[in-house]
Amino acid sequence: MVCPYSLDVPGGVQNHVRDLTEQLTSLGHQVSVLAPGEEGRGLPGYVVPAGRAVPVPYNGSVARLTFGPLAAKRTRRWLREGRFDLLHIHEPSVPSVSVLALWAARGPIVGTFHTSNTRSRAMSSAAAMLRPSMEKIGGRIAVSEHARRTLVQHFGGEPVIIPNGVFVDRFAVSPAARWSAPGGTVSFLGRLDEPRKGLATLLRAVPLLVRARPRVHVYVAGRGDVDAARRLLPAEHRDDVTFLGQVDDATRSELLASSDLFVAPQTGGESFGIVLVEAMAAGAPVLASDLPAFRAVLDNGRLGSTYPVGDADALARCAANLLADDGRRLGLRDAATEAARRYDWPLLTRDIVRVYETVRRTAAGRVGEDA
Amino acid sequence: MEWLLPFVGPALVLGALVLSWMAGRLDRLHHRVEKASAVLDAALFHRSGTVVEIASAKILDPAASLLLLDAAHRARASTDEEREPAESDLSRALLAALADADQVRRLRADPSHGVLIEELSDACRTVELSRRFHNDVAAAARELHGRVLVRWFRLSGHAAPPRMVELDDSWPPALS
Repeated sequence: MVCPYSLDVPGGVQNHVRDLTEQLTSLGHQVSVLAPGEEGRGLPGYVVPAGRAVPVPYNGSVARLTFGPLAAKRTRRWLREGRFDLLHIHEPSVPSVSVLALWAARGPIVGTFHTSNTRSRAMSSAAAMLRPSMEKIGGRIAVSEHARRTLVQHFGGEPVIIPNGVFVDRFAVSPAARWSAPGGTVSFLGRLDEPRKGLATLLRAVPLLVRARPRVHVYVAGRGDVDAARRLLPAEHRDDVTFLGQVDDATRSELLASSDLFVAPQTGGESFGIVLVEAMAAGAPVLASDLPAFRAVLDNGRLGSTYPVGDADALARCAANLLADDGRRLGLRDAATEAARRYDWPLLTRDIVRVYETVRRTAAGRVGEDA
Repeated sequence: MEWLLPFVGPALVLGALVLSWMAGRLDRLHHRVEKASAVLDAALFHRSGTVVEIASAKILDPAASLLLLDAAHRARASTDEEREPAESDLSRALLAALADADQVRRLRADPSHGVLIEELSDACRTVELSRRFHNDVAAAARELHGRVLVRWFRLSGHAAPPRMVELDDSWPPALS
């Protein structure tokens, strides 16, 4: 498997690669993951580091990617020595080890496309260059309808959709008293200092929300500068919000399970919305900004409420209404917990393995080096 | 114009290289389309075979069994031109015969028939994947076929651009 981003930083693609690898391994498959990174950096045992990741601007943000002659050489060696039955490349068009591996390999190759790109002019010119190597992919997976559309726009064909996953069982924990608040518990997960995660919208909504629901409490979990974030709140409301910093997985599940409302105020750049699926699996009723990716996961409102992106007043109003309406909130929660099952890794892995089998039938032999 | 002469040789060589590279790409794609098409045929054959087995196992009512048997046999006996409509008909027959989710759930839980139903579920998914992946390669080959250079220099020889396979491969929701 090839992951274009360094596995020691969290991210959608990285989590996908890590979880899928874990699940495949537990099924008895042997998985080797080529990813940016250096030896002895506390990476998981299945990772083969392809070299130092360099922060470069890509696709509108700064990504840590690996490229250059050394990385290309390591990629070739990994392909040669691995003698793999199948090569699974994530984001085959991201200029990192993914592109290098696709360039250098032949044989049974599967590609998973995560990105949905709306600003596509840069991508269109890249598409022409990538086309010859894209032709080598025997089976293409898109993680969402949005990603599928982007892919078809640039390369045509009929990719299959297999969504991102979560381990549903890990989120099925009981609510804990320590998170409960008389006016309701509202939670947020995500980096504090990344504007597109939308924490600012939530914090702007706090005064209005507290006016409507006086004893509500907001928990904010995620990495970033807590003091800077707290300063966004008016002084009289600083006690209504608790900043937890980065939390471990167990705390995260427990917080979600104990939330009366999970708020996802993201303002853009989300191609999937796995964070919603986590909340759904944990049983937290969801209120999210109405990004296309979120609307898709929430089945256009059937599994959670939405409000206009970036609109703090609407967020506060919707949150207050939901907190006041137990029936509606629990209805959303029950439908969502049920729907979250289809994102369970064991189930998705079965679909992915079926893709592997189909592709191995079309491309005889093992993965090798392309001349 | 004489100054151009030294460039003519290299330009011709470069042109020839580009052309042979494209011809190679086209050739590889054609091989893969053939292979993918064979895999799709095998997947369809496996699906109709499984349907025949289920229809003969007396686990569905006689009318549904007969319906499936008929559709499966027609699909298996179809010529190349009839294949796609016949296989689509089989998909629709399955959709109709296994529309009752409760019944399918019961059959799945049954120790003696569960295996067959699982096999059918697997066969239906494999058909979908095989068709999609076939069309992925076919679309790439068709795109290359349409290029000016390929047409002018007849890089594809006499080979026609590969066809896209259009068939309804949806399966009963209860099987997923």
